[in-house]
Formats: sequence, C-alpha cells, structure tokens
Amino acid sequence: MNVLAVAARELRSLFLSPLSWLVLAVTQTFVAYAFLVKLELFAQLEAHLPDIPGAPGLTAIVVAPSIKAAGMVMLLAVPLVTMRLVSEERRSGTLNLLMSAPVSMTDIVIGKYLGVMSFFAIAVLVILPTLLSLLAGGPLDYGLVAAGLIGLLLLVASFAAVGLFMSTLTTHPAVAAISTFALLLAMWNIDWAGTGAAEGVRPLLAYLGVTSHFNAFLQGVVDSADLAYSVLVVATFLILAVRRMDAIRLGY
Amino acid sequence: MVESSLVEVANLHRRYGDLHAVQGVDFRLRRGEVLGFLGPNGAGKTTTMQMICGVLAPSEGAVRIGGVDLLAEPIEAKRQLGYLPERPPVYREFTVDENLAYCAHLHALRGARARAAIDEAKARCGLEASGRRLIGNLSKGYQQRVGIAQAILHRPAVVVLDEPTAGLDPIQNREIRELMRELGDDHGVILSTHILPEVQAVCDRVQILHEGRLVLDEDLGELSRKQTTCTRVRFKHPPGAASLAALPSIERVEALDAQSFRLHHAHGATSADEVVAASVEGRWGLYELVAESRSLEEIFVELTFGDDR
Repeated sequence: MNVLAVAARELRSLFLSPLSWLVLAVTQTFVAYAFLVKLELFAQLEAHLPDIPGAPGLTAIVVAPSIKAAGMVMLLAVPLVTMRLVSEERRSGTLNLLMSAPVSMTDIVIGKYLGVMSFFAIAVLVILPTLLSLLAGGPLDYGLVAAGLIGLLLLVASFAAVGLFMSTLTTHPAVAAISTFALLLAMWNIDWAGTGAAEGVRPLLAYLGVTSHFNAFLQGVVDSADLAYSVLVVATFLILAVRRMDAIRLGY
Repeated sequence: MVESSLVEVANLHRRYGDLHAVQGVDFRLRRGEVLGFLGPNGAGKTTTMQMICGVLAPSEGAVRIGGVDLLAEPIEAKRQLGYLPERPPVYREFTVDENLAYCAHLHALRGARARAAIDEAKARCGLEASGRRLIGNLSKGYQQRVGIAQAILHRPAVVVLDEPTAGLDPIQNREIRELMRELGDDHGVILSTHILPEVQAVCDRVQILHEGRLVLDEDLGELSRKQTTCTRVRFKHPPGAASLAALPSIERVEALDAQSFRLHHAHGATSADEVVAASVEGRWGLYELVAESRSLEEIFVELTFGDDR
C-alpha cells in the first residue's frame, strides 16, 4: 500500500519535471534516427538477401539495432532520471516526511524503484510504434521484437537500480548522476578488457559486463542466465540502497 | 488502568563523532499536554525531536510513542506521530491538495476518509482557498501552514513541531498558537521555539535544553508560582549588605551599585514592610523600591548562559 503511495508520487513528480519529458524526446529521436539509417541499409541490401543462405531478415537488420540504440541512450538517460530519487529529497528535507511516516526503508526504496521503472516502461513503450511501423512494409519476427524489448527493459532495470543506489550516497543530484554514469559505463565496457585478459578471466568479464547479456536478447535468445544477471544486479543494488537509507537514519 | 504517557523518552543520547549532542534526555508527555522545548541554538532541540520521530536513530536510549517502542516497532509507533521538521517537507512541484493527498496516502487514508481529513486539516490551518496553488509559488508562511496541515492530517496522538511559527506574520502566528492550544486538548504536542512569550502563551510545560541536557522541566503554572520574586531598592545612605541580609524575610542580597541592591526572598513573601521600617529606623534614606519578578526569559538566560556570566 505504502509502496504504491511512494511509487505514484515518484512517477507524478517525474512527469512534472521537464527533464523527464526531454529524456523521452531524446530517446525517441535517437531511436528514430537509428531506425531510419538501418532502414536505408535494408533497402540497399534487400535485392541481394534472397541469394544469401541464412541471411538476416527485416527485424534483425532494423529492429534489433534500433533497440540497441535505445539501450545506448539509456546509458545517459538513466543517470539523469534517477539522480534526484533520494538526493533531492534529502536536500529539500522532504525525506523527513517519509522517514517519520509509517513506511519502512524497504517500502521507500521499492516504491521509488517501482515509480522510476514505470517511467522507463513508458519510455520503452513509446519507441514501440516506431518499430511496429515496419508492418506497413512486411511481416515482422515478433519473437525477436519481444526478446529485444525484454532485453531493453532488463537493461534499464539494472541501470535504474544502480542509479537509485548512487542517489542515496549524496545530497547532490549532479554527483549522483556522474557516479551512476561512470558505473554504468564500466558495466557497458568491462568486457573490452576481455581480449587482453587471461583465458580464465575472459568469461568472467563477459558475464560481469551488461552488453553480452543485452546482445543475447537482441539476437532473440532469452536465456535464464541473462535473466539471472539482471535479477542479481537489481537485487544487489536495491539491498545496498536499503542499507544506505538505514545508515542515513543513523546519521551518516 | 494507569494513564500511560503518550511519549516516553528514556536516557536518550546522540553522538556525532566526538560531539555529544544529546546527553541523556529523559521525559514524558501526557495526553492533553503542550510541551515547549526551549534552548539556544545547537542545544540539541532538533536532534531530540528527530529522534522522537524516528528520523534519526539514537546512539543510546529508548523512545516509546503511546506505549509502542519506536525502535522495535517503528511503523506502529509512527502511525501515531505527526512531525513538522524545521523546513516544511513539501514537494514544490505539487499543489497544496496534492501534497496533502500524498500524506493521506502514506498514512493509508483513502477515499472519503482521506478527503474528510484533508478538508479538516486545510480548515484548521487556514488553507481552504489555497488548495490548487503550487507550493513553489506560496510564501514561506503558507508553506509552513501546509507543513503543519501535513503533520496533523492523520489526527496523530502526538504532534511534534520544530519551530512551527518561524516565518509567519503576527496574525498567522496568533492563529497557529490557537491551533496548537486546540491540538493540546486531545493530542499531545511537543514544540520547539526561540520565542519565549510563545511558550508562555501556549505551553503547559516547559523544558529548557542546554548543551544536550535538560536543565529545566517544569509545569508553567508551577514555574510562575515558584518564581522567586525580588525587590530592587535604592538608598541615599546605603547600609552595608550585611545589615540588609540580617532582615528575617531576606534570603540573599545582591549589590547592584553603591546605592542599590536586589533583595531575594522566599516565594510569596515580601520584604517591603521590613525594609521600609528598617530604613526609617536606620535613616538609610530609601527612595526607590521596585518589585521585580523573574520572567521566563531571565530563567532561560540564567540557565543557559549561567557559566559565562
């Protein structure tokens, strides 16, 4: 009950902020651009595709890269949306209201997480019509589209949990945004080190990085190992955030 | 059944690193009582109130709200609590109604009950006409009112107000004082303030906090009875302080300058007759005699700045 009160307030505040609208607009624009570029590519390749055995289809050529572009925008968009979650409430003193209300720290963290995830679910839904517009030209591989969207949602879920935790660490939203961005960038790129790393470390780095999991979804593979990765990241950072909220109450 | 206290604070301590901000505060708040928290800046008033409201965990000690242990069952205890921090906890991007609806929601009030609670809180805080206004556009005084409305919305048994009249104009101030008196009828109220007349106007009991300790905890009525009254006297030919102190009703003589003295005597007693008689007899030339009573302000100053004087 109280979780929903916190979540609803958070979502409402997000839509009252111009920043969130801007994030939606930028995501939409960037995805549309990637979509057009890939559509152009498909138009050039279309004539040759029937000659190549096992060639990728319309969905793999246009939809998957568009979703990947959305994922890249999220790398920057998530820190900007999550930076205020707790830091702003501490700064403006409204956290006192939550802490003196009959709401547990876990309720606060989960409520805020649900609120911000509802926003990102909307952001993902908003790009869906662009992708579905391909139906005007031919059939789509719905399985691949669904897998890609699930992958994007899980990516954002992991990112948002990191952002929420970072927001509990400071009273300056900008500091929260930049530290979130740094950590997300590390998660995105950590497997780059894979090529130079020792044989045994390579799979570990690939597992830790978020891209290998995201790419699997973009290829239409819904693997429980990739699902588990997101669940672990989300759970870890939400638990850290709850612990951190308790520490705030202790005065640190 | 024994009348249980609304708030019981036992041996409360708070340390910030080396700073021991609150050092063993103990008190009880009864139903229908308005308790005034006084103290200079940095005395630990806000820290103590934060600990009572569960916003800050105490380093040591216990808080019980309506018999429920705040540390063991925070949610149950906080249901009975309304808190207005120093800065009203309002969301600037929301309207007054949205803020209040959110608070009602947090306290699990819904539908008709929520609307009734919101209307009542708005009426009590003079916000009837401001429901649709954006908090960010309201003056400090109105934001303060919204903060108070949020604190009393769910009709909590205990209302804790940290400087509730800060930033209000004199008329609003009077309304809020009236409101606090009203709240004191069926709730327990703890308020902190710098304004001493405010304590005298609304409180039943006053506590003075100094350097993290309670240095005074007294019923206001009791306090005014106990206030030792003094007499200030001035003589043309002053006698020695010893001959004044020899008068039976005088407990202590304080020399103010060469000619004048402050005479302290027991509660309710007066030494005027004796002083006049003695002056006539000894030809001291008494030409000024003023009755003084110590105000709360003097008690406050004496208790909190006593070491420096």
